[in-house]
Amino acid sequence: MNATPSSSDFILQVEHLSMKFGGLIAIGDLSFQARRGEITALIGPNGAGKTTVFNCITGFYKPSEGMITLNRKDGSSYLLERLPNHEIPARAKVARTFQNIRLFSGMTLLENLLVAQHNKLMKASGYTFLGLFGFSSYRQASAESIELAKHWLEKANLVDRADDPAGDLPYGAQRRLEIARAMCTGPELLCLDEPAAGLNPKESAALNELLNDIKDNTGTSILLIEHDMSVVMQISDHVVVLEYGRKISDGSPQSVRTDPRVIAAYLGVDDEEVETVLTEVGDEAVIEQLDTGPDSAHGPGSSASMMAGPVSDSVEHADQGERVTVSRGASKAAQVDARARAAVASKPVKPVAAAKPASPAPAKPTGRSPTPKPRGGRK
Amino acid sequence: MAVTVSPESDTVATPIQRAFREALYAGAVSLGLFVLFIGLRTDQNISNELILVQRWGLLALVVILTAVGRFLYVGFGQPALERAKAQKAAAPAVAAEPSFVRRNFNKIGIAVLFLYPIAMVLLFGFQGSLKWVDNFGIQILIYVMLAWGLNIVIGLAGLLDLGYVAFYAVGAYAYALLGTHFGLSFWILLPAAGCMAAFWGVMLGFPVLRLRGDYLAIVTLAFGEIIRLVLINWREVTNGSAGISGIPKVSFFGLISFNVSDPNYISKVLGIAQSGAYYKIFLYYLILLLCLLTAFVTIRLRRLPVGRAWEALREDEIACRSLGINTTTTKLTAFATGAMFGGFAGSFFAARQGFVSPESFVFLESAIILAIVVLGGMGSLGGIAVAAAVMIGGTEILRELDFLKTGLRWGDTTLIPGFGPDFTPELYRMLLFGVAMVVVMLWKPRGFVGSREPTAFLKERRAVSGSFTKEGHG
Repeated sequence: MNATPSSSDFILQVEHLSMKFGGLIAIGDLSFQARRGEITALIGPNGAGKTTVFNCITGFYKPSEGMITLNRKDGSSYLLERLPNHEIPARAKVARTFQNIRLFSGMTLLENLLVAQHNKLMKASGYTFLGLFGFSSYRQASAESIELAKHWLEKANLVDRADDPAGDLPYGAQRRLEIARAMCTGPELLCLDEPAAGLNPKESAALNELLNDIKDNTGTSILLIEHDMSVVMQISDHVVVLEYGRKISDGSPQSVRTDPRVIAAYLGVDDEEVETVLTEVGDEAVIEQLDTGPDSAHGPGSSASMMAGPVSDSVEHADQGERVTVSRGASKAAQVDARARAAVASKPVKPVAAAKPASPAPAKPTGRSPTPKPRGGRK
Repeated sequence: MAVTVSPESDTVATPIQRAFREALYAGAVSLGLFVLFIGLRTDQNISNELILVQRWGLLALVVILTAVGRFLYVGFGQPALERAKAQKAAAPAVAAEPSFVRRNFNKIGIAVLFLYPIAMVLLFGFQGSLKWVDNFGIQILIYVMLAWGLNIVIGLAGLLDLGYVAFYAVGAYAYALLGTHFGLSFWILLPAAGCMAAFWGVMLGFPVLRLRGDYLAIVTLAFGEIIRLVLINWREVTNGSAGISGIPKVSFFGLISFNVSDPNYISKVLGIAQSGAYYKIFLYYLILLLCLLTAFVTIRLRRLPVGRAWEALREDEIACRSLGINTTTTKLTAFATGAMFGGFAGSFFAARQGFVSPESFVFLESAIILAIVVLGGMGSLGGIAVAAAVMIGGTEILRELDFLKTGLRWGDTTLIPGFGPDFTPELYRMLLFGVAMVVVMLWKPRGFVGSREPTAFLKERRAVSGSFTKEGHG
């Protein structure tokens, strides 16, 4: 465990994480850190591998390579890729929610929150035996757990419906309940998979409030996947951007927002649009260089070589339907890279300040020039 | 008729006209259907020739019954149903205060069960009560206990177990073998049989943990068959299909015996007349207490974290894992607890019969127990008990229906001819079982009691509608 003094600021350190499904690479050599007490957002276009990262962190997948270290407040560190699935919430104190809400729909709200306190109650009930004979220690623990559940129901503004079945709640309330349930496990890191999906602006604002409240009052760090940029930009302290399983940007919300690689990844870049993008960042010299590279019949041999072939990101045992097939040269960020490199070749000043090379893959000779011009990128 | 209030019926014709027409159609259809089935019957005469027996009277009876039934349904039943529906829709939904019986259903039920043998003895005398206490009381309660045990596995944890009878067999053979060979008492062997069945529950649980749904069902089914085949073929130990007989009777903690030859035989101790009924009544109260133990443990477990984890597992296994619940041990405890109660019931069964053979542990038994759980409503103890009473009591009552053989008589005249002395209504029990299941599943798809009682509440305890609960997926 590399619990160096500096690393204790980080609650989560992901190092060289790769996830391969057969020959498909869903995450390729991803490294990032999440700071304690902050909200870290993981964003990226559909199929970028965000949920796969979550599944690796929370133990639903065992990563093919890499290390995921979780540093708890008390100084202990856990290598999450080595813990069994259910011990990650129990011992490493990582809780998560799901993209498609997974509540216990036939149980009441209160029961949902009590199930979340399973391990604590299990100990209090003497692994069932003391509880079966009605020992008072269990009764006390049971009352405490109901108090905690009530606390979180109040936070989630659901206390009036505590005795209703969870399946009866409207969508937005179900999202809040799922967060409340995750918080009842007493986590140090809360992983939220698209908490704002399907919420209206008002519910979205309430969610922001809830998440800020969690961050400020419980000391729980939050890692969230989100498509709703209003949520991401307002509440997150740190943003990591993925595209096709690779990190293309990493920084504060402001720096990420203006990163041309991110813009390219999100908007899709046509050959003409690349010019616009780069123009917007203020590098006119790039434009002149753009079309000078010789055409390559085989696409961008340098940029997406490791990603060649389809990549599938199957979430929750492929029942989610979020599946992506990458054709050669699909990565928009890589195209921006390629163009930027072409620009660098002619001009020694680095044109795009925020854009660091996402993954210094060995297959990508950085000094190669002129870079072949990519063709056939998808929109 | 005053029933023409429904909006549909007067668009074409009055309900009575329509009913008359439909009755004619139904009569014609049933005549066509039954003319060869019922009207003619092939038989052998004294010289072994095939002859046709004509039963036009019976045919006419069936056709008339069909027509009259259709007439009554279309003419009166449908309008009444529509009126009831309209009334229901018109009236505002008022939460009716549940009646006294409904509120205290459990207490009344337990009281009735405790008084039942006394009432039977008072009504029919010691000898006459034997049938009612043994064939109805004990038989039904054994199935109640089995179904409550299976309910833990299926109803709470949502693991479809088609081989539950295997644990019943393990319990029965544990008592039969240890009781006959080592002479151990029932009171030692009851927990031992339970532990042994629980052990086999864990043994079954381990390999099937990763299976879900249909696959789990198939493997548990195979497990049940394996146990039965082992019992048949391991002759040195189990005596094969001949079974084990001479299983010792249960004694009242060694104080009072029910063997006539023993010095502490009950009639000698209490100074009353000899009767076989004492043992049956004792067994009745024994199985009743075992059932109540099962119910008590189930209710307690549901309010403990392990029971909530079972139900959560039924609702969503992946969410369970994300909350730090060890699904492996949770599933194993469900298997083991369910199997333990099956083992208790099995050892009681062996003690009551005095004889066990593999014949008693066929797949059909598993299917019947499963049917009781599903009919009663998965997870609900009351519903399951009612379903067991209806299903097992119903099939037992078929044996009592003598009038089906003799026909209905008024003095010396036969009103309705019977089916003759070789008609055995109990052979139709599976048919009736099936019909009853179809009817109940159409009428109440979630079983008699489809709703779920929450295990904890903040303000008030409200039953959760069955439409929200899941059946589990393995």
